[in-house]
Amino acid sequence: MSSQAEHAGSVHVEPGFFKKYCWSTDHKMIAMQYLFTGMAMAVIGGFLAYVFRMQLGFPNHNVPGFGIVTPGRYNAVVTMHGSIMIFWVAMPVLVAAFGNFLIPLMIGCDDMAFPRINRLSFQIFLLSSIVILGSFLVKGGAFGGAWTAYPPLSASGAYNLTPAGAVLWLLAVALEFVAFLLGGINFTVTVMNSRAPGMKMFDIPIVIWMIVLASLVFMASVGPLIAGAVMLLFDQTLSTGFYDPARGGDPLLWQHLFWFFGHPEVYVVLLPAMGIVAEILAVFSRKKLFGYKSMLYSTWAVGILSFVVWAHHQFVAGIDPRMANVFSVTTLLISIPVAEMVFLYIATLYGGSIRLDTPMLWALGFLAEFLIGGVTGIFLGASGTDIYLHDTYFLIAHFHYTFVPIAIISVFAAIYFWYPKMFGRMLNETLGKIHFWGTVIPFNVIFIPLFITGLAGDQRRVYSYAQFAEQSKPALQHLRTTSTIALLVMLSFQLFFIVNFFWSMRHGKLAGKNPWRSTTLEWTVPSPPPHGNFAELPTVYRGPYEYGLPGRDDDYWPQDAPH
Amino acid sequence: MKETPMPETMTTESHVHHPDYVKIWAVLVALLLVSVGGAMSNIRVVVLVAAFGVAFVKAYIVAKNFMHINVEKRWVPYLLLVMIAFIVILFTGVAPDVMKHGGLRWSNDAAKQAVESGMKTAPKNE
Amino acid sequence: MSATAKPIANTRSATGIPTARLITWWVIASEIVIFGGLLAVYLMHRLGHPEWGLAAAHTNTLAGAFNTFVLLTSSLCAVLAHKAADAHDGPRAAKLLRLTSLGGLIFLTIKGFEWTRDIHEGFVISSGGFWSYYYTLAGLHGLHVLAGMVIMLIVAADAAKNRELQRVECIGLYWHFVDIVWIFLFPLLYIAR
Repeated sequence: MSSQAEHAGSVHVEPGFFKKYCWSTDHKMIAMQYLFTGMAMAVIGGFLAYVFRMQLGFPNHNVPGFGIVTPGRYNAVVTMHGSIMIFWVAMPVLVAAFGNFLIPLMIGCDDMAFPRINRLSFQIFLLSSIVILGSFLVKGGAFGGAWTAYPPLSASGAYNLTPAGAVLWLLAVALEFVAFLLGGINFTVTVMNSRAPGMKMFDIPIVIWMIVLASLVFMASVGPLIAGAVMLLFDQTLSTGFYDPARGGDPLLWQHLFWFFGHPEVYVVLLPAMGIVAEILAVFSRKKLFGYKSMLYSTWAVGILSFVVWAHHQFVAGIDPRMANVFSVTTLLISIPVAEMVFLYIATLYGGSIRLDTPMLWALGFLAEFLIGGVTGIFLGASGTDIYLHDTYFLIAHFHYTFVPIAIISVFAAIYFWYPKMFGRMLNETLGKIHFWGTVIPFNVIFIPLFITGLAGDQRRVYSYAQFAEQSKPALQHLRTTSTIALLVMLSFQLFFIVNFFWSMRHGKLAGKNPWRSTTLEWTVPSPPPHGNFAELPTVYRGPYEYGLPGRDDDYWPQDAPH
Repeated sequence: MKETPMPETMTTESHVHHPDYVKIWAVLVALLLVSVGGAMSNIRVVVLVAAFGVAFVKAYIVAKNFMHINVEKRWVPYLLLVMIAFIVILFTGVAPDVMKHGGLRWSNDAAKQAVESGMKTAPKNE
Repeated sequence: MSATAKPIANTRSATGIPTARLITWWVIASEIVIFGGLLAVYLMHRLGHPEWGLAAAHTNTLAGAFNTFVLLTSSLCAVLAHKAADAHDGPRAAKLLRLTSLGGLIFLTIKGFEWTRDIHEGFVISSGGFWSYYYTLAGLHGLHVLAGMVIMLIVAADAAKNRELQRVECIGLYWHFVDIVWIFLFPLLYIAR
């Protein structure tokens, strides 16, 4: 059945600056708001990493641009680095920015189902960003109780020495949760209801599925933590004893509530990353994504299993050892569907006509690096070895080998891939390739030494080993210093990206509608897309990965082409 | 896939049949009285059944008759049950550490103490 | 309400459920895990601390029971509002929604008196395990009642002009959910002792 000529929007009056950039309900503008906020927060998060790595690589020296890293300041810096990177960089960019930009375009409608709720979500998120940044300025400084905020350290200002920062941190995180609940529900409803005629469930591009599933996993897991956060807030401010054993509470309760959310959360950020990579692999292999349905089934399995693995973060916290057995088994099980997804990617590449444009380099980089992250997770998921490795630098290296591919590598892949659509111009390929190698190679030089120091027993969250004789292993200092220097190199190469990003906006080659010759719907509209997206709302006739079909003129068959 | 646009001013034709809501309300109030009455009993089982059994029945009546959940698409009640299932998983994973006060090679002395001293002052009526 | 035209995205319905009602179900789903999380945590403490029954004896069962009655009656008004909206009788739906909202106000007022008495007797949020959970649970619920009331009045304002009548059912669904949470809170906090 062909679509009626639905015309999105009515007579359009060009809005003023405020309405266009600060008060818009257009999903593309809101996407940009999330993207730029997230990128700005990434600069701050990266600066914080610079500070503490300088302290670790050159202990007790003055850090240029910061000063001396005292124990209290170290705690605040590592806490805020983790919190900002996860809640104010990874989530807003992967889920909110790309979700907002891509969903209406890729499913063939004119905006989100509830544009004003969409705008409200960003405003709440912006407020949370202001609160968390504001916490740096209060008496005592930013919260220093680690991003995991375990009580009694997080509940008592006498312990964490950052009482105001602790409260603000909690409020900022709570606001951020509300923003993402609203946004995620909006995404889900839009994808469920507002698809173009002809787009059945299994014709939806994988990245859209992934963003929706991520939103659902988030929604189902964050509830208990919201409850727990309210309880922690009351412990901090109203002298309740929810987590105080002397008053009938239990610190372990917080840990459970936190990680019941915390573990699904890592899949909330992993899923969109894998979705982005899937899209890019198909386009740059000129080949259908292998096993679309298997991909979905594996993702559903990961989503569900992610709810029963959480206590692997608590193996040494004093949980009942019999529970540790259960969670070990489930944790090892979850690696199976994830591995399956990686196999599907490899199968997609196999026999493909591979083009190594910059987005593809980043996508391949994701696969290689995430593989290392996943494999090292096995050692930590087995409770026996985890007793030794928990809270060492081995753990830090493991989760950076998962988080950096997720929050940095796949984000760059997405930016390089969709930049032409967002801004109407191509990014410079040479600068892009320099940026890629200048990021990925130093990344490995940062973290491989940390696997080694971790195995040797280096504990995390220690500002300087000099004060702890039994921990200081001077023979390993050269590894720590190497790691720091590699970080400095990696940060410097980001300049290539910043220059490329802003210069190409005005001076890049004009992109046209479909520079990558892709089949999905966002490439059928002008770059950048106008308000309302589609002059004529599309009808969909096939799945999203029809590449390399024999007997056709072109090697790709757009979803909305009738023939 | 049918295109089913819905103009904003028009409500859907009623997708539910509207029973006598006042009657249902009366049943709910009666159940409330049962639960309060049963709570005054001295027999523990009666109290629990009156309180919680009635609660489940009332919740079901509200969900079915007021929220019309049984004429909704089937996946909606399933979705809500899945959410409840996650809470059951939460309970199962956390209760061994928080509800119990001792286990394999561990013991929560502060909690045991609190229970003991609390129960000592309990009036002997249950 | 503002004059922004609704996007086509809002009017489509691939699932067969109108988007307004669809989003309401998802909101309820997310609230189930929030309240469910808090309730589950309270439950495991309550089961492990039988001595909390002594503290629970001091809650005002009469106030709790009457409040349950108030919420049930307000739920009746909400569903009658839905029936009126289905009959395209916007002004009647608005009147019933405002009655529902009044029920919420009565609920909160009674709770205000109840808590004042509790506090005068010395039972504050930091008075011990049971009371901490009592105020947190009932407080979180009360916040949801208040939010529901506000949204309900906004929906009623539109309904009175026969506009956006589909929202009457949706806010009603939310209100019934809040009612169901209280149906479980009542025995947990007032009866079990």
